Formats: sequence, structure tokens, C-alpha cells
Amino acid sequence: MSDRKTLQVQRISGHPGPVPGEGTQRQEKLCKLIDTTTCIGCKACEVACVEWNDMPFQPTMFDNTYQTMPDTSWNYWNLIKFNEVSSDDGSFQWLMRKHQCMHCADPGCLAACPADGAIVQYSNGIVDFEEASCIGCQFCVSGCPFNVPKFNPSTKKVYKCTLCSDRVGQGLEPACIKSCPTGCLHFGTKDDMLQLANKRVVQLQQHAGLKDAGVYDPQTIGGTSVVYILHDATNPEKYGGLPKNPRIPLSFTLWKSWFKPIGLIASMMAFAGVILHYVTEGPRRVQPQPPVREIDGGEARKEN
Amino acid sequence: MATPAKSIGRGPDHFINRIGLTVVYVGELLRHRAYTRFLHWAYGIFFFLALISGFGIYMPWIFRWFTPLFGGGAMTRMLHPWFGLGFVFFFGLQALNWLTLMAWGPGDTRWMKRLKDYVTHRDSIEPPDVGFFNAGQKAQFWEIVGGCIAYVTTGVIMWFPEIFGRWLVAVSYVIHDISALIMLAGIFIHIYLSTIGEPGTMQAMTRGTVSEAWAWTHHPAWYKDVTGRDPQQALEEARRKLNETAGVSGK
Repeated sequence: MSDRKTLQVQRISGHPGPVPGEGTQRQEKLCKLIDTTTCIGCKACEVACVEWNDMPFQPTMFDNTYQTMPDTSWNYWNLIKFNEVSSDDGSFQWLMRKHQCMHCADPGCLAACPADGAIVQYSNGIVDFEEASCIGCQFCVSGCPFNVPKFNPSTKKVYKCTLCSDRVGQGLEPACIKSCPTGCLHFGTKDDMLQLANKRVVQLQQHAGLKDAGVYDPQTIGGTSVVYILHDATNPEKYGGLPKNPRIPLSFTLWKSWFKPIGLIASMMAFAGVILHYVTEGPRRVQPQPPVREIDGGEARKEN
Repeated sequence: MATPAKSIGRGPDHFINRIGLTVVYVGELLRHRAYTRFLHWAYGIFFFLALISGFGIYMPWIFRWFTPLFGGGAMTRMLHPWFGLGFVFFFGLQALNWLTLMAWGPGDTRWMKRLKDYVTHRDSIEPPDVGFFNAGQKAQFWEIVGGCIAYVTTGVIMWFPEIFGRWLVAVSYVIHDISALIMLAGIFIHIYLSTIGEPGTMQAMTRGTVSEAWAWTHHPAWYKDVTGRDPQQALEEARRKLNETAGVSGK
């Protein structure tokens, strides 16, 4: 990204008229759009993720459904969640949702993390873990509304989807996007993806009879860099634990940013207090004390 | 010589009291036996290890220089719970050791009501009903007992988040912090009063003894208990002697 910004043409020799592209602003916020209505659950994205990130293949767990395994793990960052949902009207839905890090604009993991430099958010919206700085406290797990960061007990570090920051940095799309055979995965700028999503939602509402179709881009955490198109946006919970209003616990926002420093200052008042006590009252000596010969400075406060 | 705290059987206390030397000179009283002192410094060391490693994690943007002391952030995170358990273990033994001495009585409520007089040194010696520990010491003791319970409960939750879930961890984190802040404030007062704030106190936790004058000044009821003499009378007597000496040297 940085290369393309610094290598933007500013002046051209012997060129008539304005410099092409001068003053253009690159849209920096990236976004992955997942259209759950066209996902066929082929798991190509799961394989691509494991391959690109050089993680070992894992034995799958068969539970009489198409589910690969119950949840993502420290070395399995991308998992399609298969949900069989029966509605009150007797209709049945087989919902598939590709589950991975949502790359929140206001990331709970980053707010919760107490290690300098262990979690970074790039200007393009990608939230990345720097395992070298991770201290393994797992506060990020507590801060995340989507249960994404996963702890590896043997390395004592936490891992998650990077939105292929290594590929994106080189101008490539994430591995999962590249592998998707139905085109239900899209990658581009946030504005473009939202536009595409809204268009698709209108199509679903008008032509597919899905009047509750909508875009999932939760504003309680400032929006996300991974956006879903859902058949039923009124109830995202049925897509396998997608919270309607994801929240970061107040202890990682209010407590950490405001009350921690205030609390520390309040505690240090005890230190200031004892110093002040020593200066104004002086020590309490064992009795009896020898008679006072002379008091220098201040007022003689006591007669002992 | 009366012993300050009764032995709790032939356990580690018996062993440590036998190997730990406590010499009581004339004019002194035995205050803390070797076992008590051993426990005090053991949990004292663990307290500061836990405090410093904890504050490196509490507010890294100020205290990030604490973590290298323990071998980096990951190592600090790994050691902190063990420091904490070390503190709780040794303080727990001390709590058993001191349990009867720390019982709250009506005199302690009275003492708390005249806390201002204590702080401003209104009386030259403590009220006659102040025993082995005064109410301030007892309050701090019970605060630490409560703090230990809070630390262990919330600490274990944060240690094993996969068992307890994200919301319990988020709540525990705040309680753990508050407990630490209270104890941080407490340690300043504790160190102050045991060193420069009340001279002559420190030796109770090093050599294990205090002067008789210290005893009748700060813990008159305990003095009376141990020596059988009236603290006020002992003070007057000592004052008379001192004035005589001062008078002699004045001439």
C-alpha cells in the first residue's frame, strides 16, 4: 500500500495539460464481502486459508452434518458454519456462513490487549496480531464479541485470521477470496463492497422474496471490514453465533482508558499522604522523649 | 517471657522458631517470633514481585519497564499468577498464625472513631485498651484477607478463561485491579508507619523485639499483658528518670 502512495506521479516532463491522476485520493478502507445467499458450503476457502498460511491439515470431526469441526482454532482461522434452522411457519433453511475474524473498526481485542504492539490495526482496516509481542494473557479473547482469537497452549500465543495482510500488502486479494468458486466472496474497498451488498439486498428483497434480507455491518463496534449479506438480517444469531449487537465489555473501554489512571493516582495519594504526614506531623516517637532543646523553623506545634 | 502468638503445634512454625534466633535484651520485649518474621518477609517478597509484574501488565504505557525485569512480557504474564499464589500461601499461614490476635473488639471500634486523634498524635501514648494490634493494623489485615480471596477468585478466572468465558473474565479483571490499587495504597501506609512514621517499629520484624517504651507507647494493653505493669505508671517512672538525667547533665 505504502509503495503505491509514495510512487504516485506528481509532475511529468514535457507533458501538456494536467498530470493524470494528480490529487487523486486512494480509498484505503478494505472490505471482504460474504454473500451467504450464494455460498454452497464447498469449504474451498477453508482449504485455501490453511494452505496459504502454511498450517497443518487437521482431522475433521464428523457430527452428522457438513460441519468440518465445531469451531475455529489457533491454526484453523476460517470455518464455514452450517446451521439448520426451522422457522415457525414450517419452512426450513440451511444456512452457511463463513466464520473468521471480522476486522472490526473498533476492535475489542485491541482494546483489551495489555501488551505493547501485540495487536495492530492498519489504516486499511486490517487488525493483525503480532505474536512476537503477545504475552499470552488471552484478554483479547475476552474482548472479542465474535470469539475469534484462539490460544495455542504450547506457544502461549494467540492467533487469528490476518485477512491475508501479507497478500493484501502486495496488492493481492486474500486467499479465501481467490478460492471461492461461486463468487460469493468479494474483496475491495469498503464503499464498493457496501454498494455491491446493498444492490444485492435489493435484488434479494424484490426478486427472491427475502423481505428480511440485509447487510451485516454492526455499528456498535464501528462497522467491520468483513461484511455479510444475510437472508435474514433481523436475526443474525441463527447463522451460528453472529451477535446482533456485538459489544466490547466496559472493563476494556471505560475502565481501562479512564478509571485505571484515576485509580492509580488515587492509590498514589496514599504515598503523598504519608509524606505530607511526616512533614506536618512528624514521626510518632516512643515516650518519654527527652525535653526539647530548640525547634528550628515552623511553629512549635506540640509540647511533649 | 510471654510469647506473643501461641504455637500452632509442631509444624513448620515449631521448626522455624527453633532455628531462628531471637535475642531479647533487658529493656526489650519479644514481639514477633522467628516463624512470624519468616512468613512476613516471605509474603513481602512475593507481594512486591506480584505487584511489580502486575503493574507491568496493568498499565504498560507507564510501567512497560517493569516487564523486562522478569524476562519480557510473556514471562511476566507466566510468573505473575505464581507470585500471587506465593503471596496468598504465605499470607494464609500468617492469617492462621494471627487469627486470634486479629479478632475485632469493641475497643477497636472506639479506636476507629478516634482515628483523627491517632493521625494527629493527640495523645502521647495510645489509649490503655490498645492491645497487640491496634484497630488500624487489624483493618489492614482483614482488608488483605478479603483481597486475597478476591485475587485468587478473579485470578483463577483470568488464568483459565476458556473455562469461565469472556464476560466473567472482563468483570474479574476490574475487581483484580481494584484489589491491587487498595493494597498499593495500603503498602505505603504500612511501610511508613513501620519505619520513619513510628521509629522503633521496624526491629519487631527484623530482630523480633521492641523496646518496653515502644510497647507502652503504641500497645499499652499488650505491655500490661506481658509485663504485668501499668503502662501509664511505667511511662511516668521513665519520664521522671529521664528528667533527672537531663537535669544532671544540664548542670
